[in-house]
Amino acid sequence: MFAYYLRLGWSSLKRNPILTTLMVLGIALGVGTSMTTLTVMYLMGSDPIPWKSDKLHIVQVDNWDPAQPYNSDGTPPDQLTYRDAMAFMQAHKADRQTVMYKIQMPVQPENDSIKPFNSLGRATYADFFAMFDPPFKYGGAWDRGQDDQHARVVVLSDKTNEKLFGGADSVGKRVRLNDLDYTVVGVLNTWQPRIKYYDLTNGSLNSPEGFYLPFTTAIELKAGSAGNNSCWNNVTSGWDAYLESECVWLQMWVQTDSAATFADYRAYLDSYVAEQKKLGRFARPLNNRLLNVREWMADQKVVSSDVEVQSGLSLAFLVVCLLNTIGLLLSKFMRKSGEIGLRRALGASRRQIFAQHLVEAGVIGVSGGLIGLLLTFAGLAIVRLLYSDFARVATLDWVMVLMTVALAIVASLLAGLYPTWRACRIVPALQLKTQ
Amino acid sequence: MEIRPILSALMRSKVSMILIGLQVALTLAIVCNALFIIGQRLERMNRPSGMNETDTFWFGSVGFGQGYDATSVLKSDLAVLRQMPGVADATTTNSVPMSQGGWQSGISLQPKQKTSTANSTMYIVDSHALNTYGVKLIAGRDFKPEEIEDHPFGDRLQPKVVIVTKALADKLFPNGDALGKPIYLDEDPPTSTIVGIVEQTQQPWIDSDTIDNSTFIPAFMPYGSRTRYLVRAEPGRRDEVMKAVEQKMSEANPSRIIGKVRTIEQVRKEAYDGDRAMAIILAAVIIALLTITALGIVGMASFWVAQRTKQIGTRRALGATKFDILRYFQTENFIITTLGLLVGGVLAYALSLWLMHAYQSPRLPWYYVPVGFVCLWLLGQAAVLGPALRASRVPPAVATRSV
Repeated sequence: MFAYYLRLGWSSLKRNPILTTLMVLGIALGVGTSMTTLTVMYLMGSDPIPWKSDKLHIVQVDNWDPAQPYNSDGTPPDQLTYRDAMAFMQAHKADRQTVMYKIQMPVQPENDSIKPFNSLGRATYADFFAMFDPPFKYGGAWDRGQDDQHARVVVLSDKTNEKLFGGADSVGKRVRLNDLDYTVVGVLNTWQPRIKYYDLTNGSLNSPEGFYLPFTTAIELKAGSAGNNSCWNNVTSGWDAYLESECVWLQMWVQTDSAATFADYRAYLDSYVAEQKKLGRFARPLNNRLLNVREWMADQKVVSSDVEVQSGLSLAFLVVCLLNTIGLLLSKFMRKSGEIGLRRALGASRRQIFAQHLVEAGVIGVSGGLIGLLLTFAGLAIVRLLYSDFARVATLDWVMVLMTVALAIVASLLAGLYPTWRACRIVPALQLKTQ
Repeated sequence: MEIRPILSALMRSKVSMILIGLQVALTLAIVCNALFIIGQRLERMNRPSGMNETDTFWFGSVGFGQGYDATSVLKSDLAVLRQMPGVADATTTNSVPMSQGGWQSGISLQPKQKTSTANSTMYIVDSHALNTYGVKLIAGRDFKPEEIEDHPFGDRLQPKVVIVTKALADKLFPNGDALGKPIYLDEDPPTSTIVGIVEQTQQPWIDSDTIDNSTFIPAFMPYGSRTRYLVRAEPGRRDEVMKAVEQKMSEANPSRIIGKVRTIEQVRKEAYDGDRAMAIILAAVIIALLTITALGIVGMASFWVAQRTKQIGTRRALGATKFDILRYFQTENFIITTLGLLVGGVLAYALSLWLMHAYQSPRLPWYYVPVGFVCLWLLGQAAVLGPALRASRVPPAVATRSV
């Protein structure tokens, strides 16, 4: 029966090629536009580390100016001072913890044929690798002991390793950064989290850095931050004064494996700030936060309002396309009133008429969906062109491909429902009379 | 005009009328708001930075090696740059407008002031800055070469003199007597004296609320081993000078890396990437929306014409002219569109209210909706013209057939 309806639908659609094209294009355009914007919104907002995003928390305390809050909405600074970060590291109250910041260093290849180049790096603790799970190609992370020793060790990204060693296993080899030698302990595999959630201070869509050094080593070498730095009171001159200052420039994350550890960590932060208040610091009201990855991404508005507005408007556009399809289907089915009346008179039940026309609507939906899928691919390509940093959030995965086709079919069936209902309400006698 | 028969005909196909009306309504609401957003973005993108953007480019240098003396490299680089053919002038700087990175600080008028009087960006430059940036001095004087002091990185900056933008001067001293006044860059003395006021120079951050508050500070202050330069080429020679500069700078000192040399036009383009993309995407949605709506009207009108062929023939046979038939369909479309537009006007303001609430966007100016009315009326009339003309060509003889 289905095949027969399919054939009927096909021949009916062939009879008005222009009207059919209009309906299919309407669905395709609506689906293509809304799926393009929805994909970007979905990928930007999706959990970058679903297996542990609820265990990773960013540490925020409010050491800011008593006269004015750090953010106008009263939320605490997104980064920490050196002295607070160090106190938290030494307390070691979470299951894992790391403090980090972005650095920039010249890389001087031993091979003279490669010109020295500038690279962004990350100064962090050994726990970083166990917390954020970057995949290793060769070797592994340094250990906590090397953190304590200010070891001259480095973990390279696959790109840096490719540049310096042609992609070969470089563990144990030396790398020269800003005139000092470091021993390679590990090389990462391709690691491109869609959102750079562990450091959102300089944009959420940046690529990970080219190398990783122990935080303690970077501090010993007085490597200044290549990321954000905010100060609210006077800083006297010099590196040591900077480390003692109220300037915030470090990101700190902790991993708590159980609810109890999380609660303990909260309590620890509160008691730390209370302690510091006695020493005359932290003049602002208690404002500690321990947001997890997803809460942090929402708080930092990783999905920009532009992307949300685009999605909203394209969904409204899809509604217009559907209204359009409903109208056109309605006129098409009504035009066939005579034919429907004849079929009814010859014994077709209302249910059969209903099924037949729903299949016809479905055919339009599937064709619209397939063309819409092509339009979505094209749309995403255009989005990647328009936003130079959207490469990783403007691509279709299988989920979104299936979603696209499903959306088109559901949309066209919805659009087909009313016209179909009207079609099967046609009174056969009336139609036959006018023939 | 025969409104009554049109209305009674419309009442017979209420659903179709509502469908077209709703399409028109949603189209109006979306198009008005999207156009308004596009307008805002274009306005943002067209704000002047205050500097010469066509002839300028900037680049950074990072040194390595023991004993790399960034300050002396800075001075010798500037000397080399200024002697190169095609270079109009060059300055050291830490940032340029629209580059999205720089230094922002509060400025006070009293020592130990709790909240600073104004926020400003700090451009750390030398005595060639105003000429290189191409900003216009409107009061006071430029820096003198002897006023540019050496500062090691991390030092507190306590310049004796500063140059500020007019916007900042007016914010600090609303009476317009900023020239010669002392200001506090820090909580404590010493103060810095305003010796010059420039017309306009934007801050590096395009989203800043105080985008025109900028201060020029005279100092040679490398950031660690990093130094940055802004160069203005003679008109029309920028690209050629850029290549020469990159080459020359790399040769001048082997123990450093010359970063990407970028024109200020590129800096502008990258800064407004998001706004441009938003405008283009919304424009695409508008075009698609208008196309779909117009095609919907064409489709529906064609259907009605086909359905009513016999009636049209009868009317023609009874004496209606071709023009009468044409006018019938045009009036019908006008009625449907108007009903849709009335609903759409309400929707447009509602959508604007929601955008104001959710995204702090400004209110939709009232005239967008009436202009939208006119545009959609025209669109509707144009869309219905084809089917209506076809209807007007139905011969009266049709009435006599098939009865």
